[in-house]
Amino acid sequence: MSILRTDSITMKFGGLTAVSELSLNIPTNGIVGLIGPNGAGKTTIFNMITGVYTPTTGNIIFDKIDITGMKSHLITKNGIARTFQNIRLFKDLTVLDNVMIANHLRLKSNIISSVLRTPDYRKKEGHILKKSILLLEQTGLIEYKDDKASSLPYGKQRKLEIARALATEPKLLLLDEPAAGMNPQESIELMEFVKEIRDAFDLSVLMIEHHMQVIMGVCEKIYVLDYGVNIAEGNPEEIQNNPKVIEAYLGVDE
Amino acid sequence: MLNKNNLIKIGLIMVTGIVLAILNATLGRYQLRILNLAGIYIVLGLSLNLINGFTGLFSLGHAGFMAVGAYASALLTMSPAQKSVNFFVKPIVPFLANIEIGFLPAIIIGGVVAAIVGAVLAAPILRLKDDYLAIATLGFGEIIRVVFTNTQSLTNGALGLKGLPSYTNTGYTWTIVIITIAFMFSLRRSSYGKAFMAIREDEIAAESMGIDLFKHKLLAFTIGSFFAGVGGALLAHLMGTIDPLMFRFLMTFNILLIVVLGGIGSISGTIISAIIVTISMEWLRFLDGPIDLGFAVIHSVPGMRMVLFSLLLMIVILYYQHGLMGQDEITLEFVKEKLKRFKKKEA
Repeated sequence: MSILRTDSITMKFGGLTAVSELSLNIPTNGIVGLIGPNGAGKTTIFNMITGVYTPTTGNIIFDKIDITGMKSHLITKNGIARTFQNIRLFKDLTVLDNVMIANHLRLKSNIISSVLRTPDYRKKEGHILKKSILLLEQTGLIEYKDDKASSLPYGKQRKLEIARALATEPKLLLLDEPAAGMNPQESIELMEFVKEIRDAFDLSVLMIEHHMQVIMGVCEKIYVLDYGVNIAEGNPEEIQNNPKVIEAYLGVDE
Repeated sequence: MLNKNNLIKIGLIMVTGIVLAILNATLGRYQLRILNLAGIYIVLGLSLNLINGFTGLFSLGHAGFMAVGAYASALLTMSPAQKSVNFFVKPIVPFLANIEIGFLPAIIIGGVVAAIVGAVLAAPILRLKDDYLAIATLGFGEIIRVVFTNTQSLTNGALGLKGLPSYTNTGYTWTIVIITIAFMFSLRRSSYGKAFMAIREDEIAAESMGIDLFKHKLLAFTIGSFFAGVGGALLAHLMGTIDPLMFRFLMTFNILLIVVLGGIGSISGTIISAIIVTISMEWLRFLDGPIDLGFAVIHSVPGMRMVLFSLLLMIVILYYQHGLMGQDEITLEFVKEKLKRFKKKEA
């Protein structure tokens, strides 16, 4: 069973082909890695899946629904959440608010009952609050609940981004370089954390990462991209021994 | 329901009411007018603060939406006789000629019409960002004014409307002020208010958290326009006459000044600075007259006090961007915290 499938998607910016005829297949409950040198088109793929860009050709099928060209917020509603390569938290808001905002899309209250604080709205808000606190406890951020998001240490900010994404109740989580800027110890912790949330929240993960130790340690399947073309796919061992991958990363021995 | 915080809130509203009642009984006509004007500027400041401060949409068309509210309400409250006196160049359109309704429904209709105009105008331009949005909304504000100057049979054009019933009084104004303040606090606390702030903080992240940018921006703009219209209606019935020139960019500038001085995004900051700005605009009127510097005399320059306000705005933007309050609020918790610290110092 696959949760996400892309049918040879291509993304062209004018004359530049950023991603060419890519077909991904993410198994349900799997952790899949997406690697490749800088500028290989990895983040472009994320942007296509999350609706920031519409692929020039090809289709994206998520959970049996064609989401090609759907608006970002609707894709999130359907169950895909993401984090960003350069952290994009709501900086001036508290950690708790950051997570609560991610619940807004599931709130079935209109603005009038929200402002009047009807009993129905208060019940729903209370439910969201409880859920958010629980999520912060699960992700180990509860002690920072009332701090401004920008005041957290770097590693915790990355974690909060993941927590915020989890709050939207995704079936698929896209992580864009979650280990960027982390030291080896933090990276290992992150690996464990990704596995934990996969099991605890019953979701699938697609991650972009440059940190090979993390990718090889946590991913069950890896896609390798070079200049927008998929040059290899397989389990970590196959990827490590693939001459094409070594060539893309290290160049050719002449 | 009746816990301690709610009791304190009700107490605060009652104290405000009593203070206003005393002021209303003791102040002269001129001072009362300033009191009302301060209230109106609070409503206007808060409505712009919702759009600019909470949601981060840099809008400069506020005077236009005020004009819509002012005209809509004025045309509904004026007596048929007064209308026929006003419209001597071209008769008024028939369906408005014989309408005369009470002040409260007229205020609400003024707000609703402004909200509709705001929503219709904003819908196509909300995909614009920052300064582009500012230019587009600035244009809209001016377009509304120019349209009003030329729709002779609807707005009486450049002649304006004279002899509006002077319904605006302390009771009306400050009841609306208190409702507006309560509304803004409640909105900001709600899930929608947080979604607005998320859009201000980071649009891309907000959208990928499932927030419908268009819907929420439109909502913020519409609510902001509604309160601008209500403010416009109150102002019209305080002044007694309105004409399109009243709603030039300068009007938007005054409101923007209040919001920036108070701290963009702060409700209490806007309230405080609305009061300060309104009072000082009156108090500084002597600057418009001739000024004797001892060694030289500056001849009277109308609008000299606005130079001072412009300078003040520049200084705030250069050196004190957070304004009076930043994004903080004077809430019960804030006061308690301050009191605690004060007590600690004493001990």
